[in-house]
Amino acid sequence: MSLEGALAVHRFGLGARAGEIASASNDPKAWLLAQLGPADQPTPVLPGSALLRTGQVVADEREFHAQEKLLRAQRKNGQVDDEALKALNKTRYDKIQGELAARFALGFKTERPFAERLVWFWTNHFGVSSANGDCTPYLGSFEREVIRPNIAGKFETMVVAAMRHPAMLYYLNNVQSIGPNSPVGLRSKRGLNENLGRELMELFTLGVDGGYTQSDVIAMAKLLTGFGVDNDGNDTHPISDDGFRFYANRHEPSDVVLRGKTYKSGEEGTIAAITDLARDPSTAHHIAVKFATAFLSDKPTPGMIRRLEENFKQTGGDLRALAETAISDPHAFAPGLVKVRSPVEYVTAAYRLLDIPKAGMKPDQATGLVRSAMGVTRLMGEFPMSAPSPKGWPLESDAWSGPDAVLTRIEWARQIGQRIPPAADVVALAAQGLGPLMSEMTSTGILRASSKAEAVALLIASPEFQRR
Amino acid sequence: MIDRRSLLSSMAALGLTSTLTTNAAFAAVPGDRRLVVVILRGALDGLAAVPAYGDPDYASLRGSLALSKTGANALLDLDGFFGLHPALVNFKAYYDAKQLAVFHNVCTPYRDRSHFDGQNVLEGGGLTPNMMHDGWLNRALVAMGGKKGVEALAVAPTPPLVLSGKARASSWMPDTLPEPDDAYFTRVAALYGNDKLLGPSLQSAMALRAQSKSAMDDPSNKNKPKADLMPLFQGAGRLLAMQDGPRIAVLDPSGWDTHVNEGAGDGQLARRLSTLDSAIDAMKIALGPAWKQTVVVVATEFGRTVKVNGSLGTDHGTGGAAFVLGGAVSGGAIHAEWVGLKPDALKDGRDLPARSDLRSLFKSVLAEHMGVSRAALNGSVFPDSGTVKPIKGLVA
Repeated sequence: MSLEGALAVHRFGLGARAGEIASASNDPKAWLLAQLGPADQPTPVLPGSALLRTGQVVADEREFHAQEKLLRAQRKNGQVDDEALKALNKTRYDKIQGELAARFALGFKTERPFAERLVWFWTNHFGVSSANGDCTPYLGSFEREVIRPNIAGKFETMVVAAMRHPAMLYYLNNVQSIGPNSPVGLRSKRGLNENLGRELMELFTLGVDGGYTQSDVIAMAKLLTGFGVDNDGNDTHPISDDGFRFYANRHEPSDVVLRGKTYKSGEEGTIAAITDLARDPSTAHHIAVKFATAFLSDKPTPGMIRRLEENFKQTGGDLRALAETAISDPHAFAPGLVKVRSPVEYVTAAYRLLDIPKAGMKPDQATGLVRSAMGVTRLMGEFPMSAPSPKGWPLESDAWSGPDAVLTRIEWARQIGQRIPPAADVVALAAQGLGPLMSEMTSTGILRASSKAEAVALLIASPEFQRR
Repeated sequence: MIDRRSLLSSMAALGLTSTLTTNAAFAAVPGDRRLVVVILRGALDGLAAVPAYGDPDYASLRGSLALSKTGANALLDLDGFFGLHPALVNFKAYYDAKQLAVFHNVCTPYRDRSHFDGQNVLEGGGLTPNMMHDGWLNRALVAMGGKKGVEALAVAPTPPLVLSGKARASSWMPDTLPEPDDAYFTRVAALYGNDKLLGPSLQSAMALRAQSKSAMDDPSNKNKPKADLMPLFQGAGRLLAMQDGPRIAVLDPSGWDTHVNEGAGDGQLARRLSTLDSAIDAMKIALGPAWKQTVVVVATEFGRTVKVNGSLGTDHGTGGAAFVLGGAVSGGAIHAEWVGLKPDALKDGRDLPARSDLRSLFKSVLAEHMGVSRAALNGSVFPDSGTVKPIKGLVA
């Protein structure tokens, strides 16, 4: 086992499964490169939770809202009680839980952990969040359809797909944004909502200092009018597979000037504007800073940023090349674990090393352990796709190392040590997990632990296991 | 159960107290005063919280979001011109008891419309985004403390920017995991001895956890969801009330970004305001007699547009509202330089212009309540802020 192999597994992957550091050790960079390509798709782990195409989610949501309306009316008349409504809500909630559980479970077992880290990075970049309830049913398919196929593709493809997805259109309120001079706007006196246009530029592409004004925000908001979810209650046309529909009757009819360039009114003009934003030099810089912060350092050096930025510009936003540039950086395999794992990364690393859920476990127990991981990441302050704002979860170590968060992690490590059948040989397990990264202090601590459960707890709680 | 003092002495035996003891002179604040800073993330609609219902243009510009003095959800009148949102019933009671000062048309020096940059300036206390890498409250702690540091507490898993920096701050959330035995903590603490980031965090958390165990003795408080503000504010109140507890706390409830269907007298913003209003009152009750020595500052990163947007919400604007309340406040007043709502009075024809600087409000509280010197306020705490004058007589 080499130090570079261990760093590849921890810094760019998800923490070691048994044998993983050994397989990465021979040629760590090649081990990472081989993982690049469209990411794996998760498979359902909770009973009855199929992972649905977005179009099917749209159809299900339509059905759900109709049922809910009906049940509410019946409840008013005393025909049904609260339980009927609760049962209906539960089926919807179960689907959402099913998506998250499948995502967690893939992280625990995947043999392409670097690809999975890239998925997590990009999903978080687009910030979609269950903070908006209308968006929640679409979060799973957002990641599966927008992010997973594109992690090693073109950035602009991913941005366009994100801007067309119901998760985004609901989350940043674009479904309610109406061109004031469109037929619907003139009839209903409803109008623009700037939210999506603003965050597209501020967060997803140019960055806040990337060169745009309030009038550009309004221009982009106008272009985005009509980008909606394919769901007209009484409309009989089949729902599209991706759930997207361009509503020409809500779209602002006049051409707009965005950052000095004129874009034609209509869906194509909007896609052209989004694509231009995705290709902008400011975007290259913004993405470079975030990518370096996530994978290399809380305080990326100007050199790190420049290399990523130049690569992004030269390749026109090729995300495979971007990932390759990151792992080719002179600092990529520098010793010293500089970043603190986020809660999801931390819990995932522990589950990978302890091989949870274990093969041969009863299904109830296995799903119970997946659910428990989900619950505890929430306690530690991070839950996937539920960030408090469209900025997504923070990328810096400080965000995860506050006193309460650290204490929760340590308490959880203790609980895991007690709940999981003790490893036959914790010292060997620690060697598999940390390899050359293990400190003298941690290995001594494990040797002196008062029980196997405590030894496991100390391994999972150790400072080097908290980091990557 | 281990109490704070025995925990400290057992940690002393392990040689772990060097940083703790410098932070442990808890009663170093003048007159044993408490300061709570509440950051409302997402840009609270100031004109919804504090409606200028007496302005001739208010009702027409606000349309369906306008509040009125009559009807089912009548606003709570303050002075015949301004009112409070009907959900803010406790705020109204504080106002009547002269324990609430209301601020309008207020903002940081930030004039753009990014939440994240706005919050960065609000918490950093600088002039532009990312000018400061630590928070003004932390720098105020440094100015206050010297060797007798004042313990500050973030009611969050991790301190937000406003409380980050050189002076040590703790963070605390209500318990939800079963607690391991002390021997385990001792062993883990030994592993963390050399870790410059995680080690101090753990020490601070252990001290706080021990303290909160004795403070959180109300069994009804267990297992409440964390998303609910009540246990957070109540817990903060209990910890602040303790004789050797922290003296400064920060809470940062989100959910004020009301782009769609904001609602007027009822609706989503009304529910959020009502939750905040009752959570602050729960904190007041938990503080008990210490409420008399408490100032609570409630601020947000900026305001929202005067006009309602195309989806019955509001977009990002500039001037917002802020509140200073508590038993130590000399309140019952509205601090607003009102310029009217005519288009040419508004910033870019859409936002309430900022007529006063949030830093002047923060400065008043830090100076009058916490005894921070003018030199520190104009220098280290709020750099380049000499022209921003504190408001006299805000604290009783």
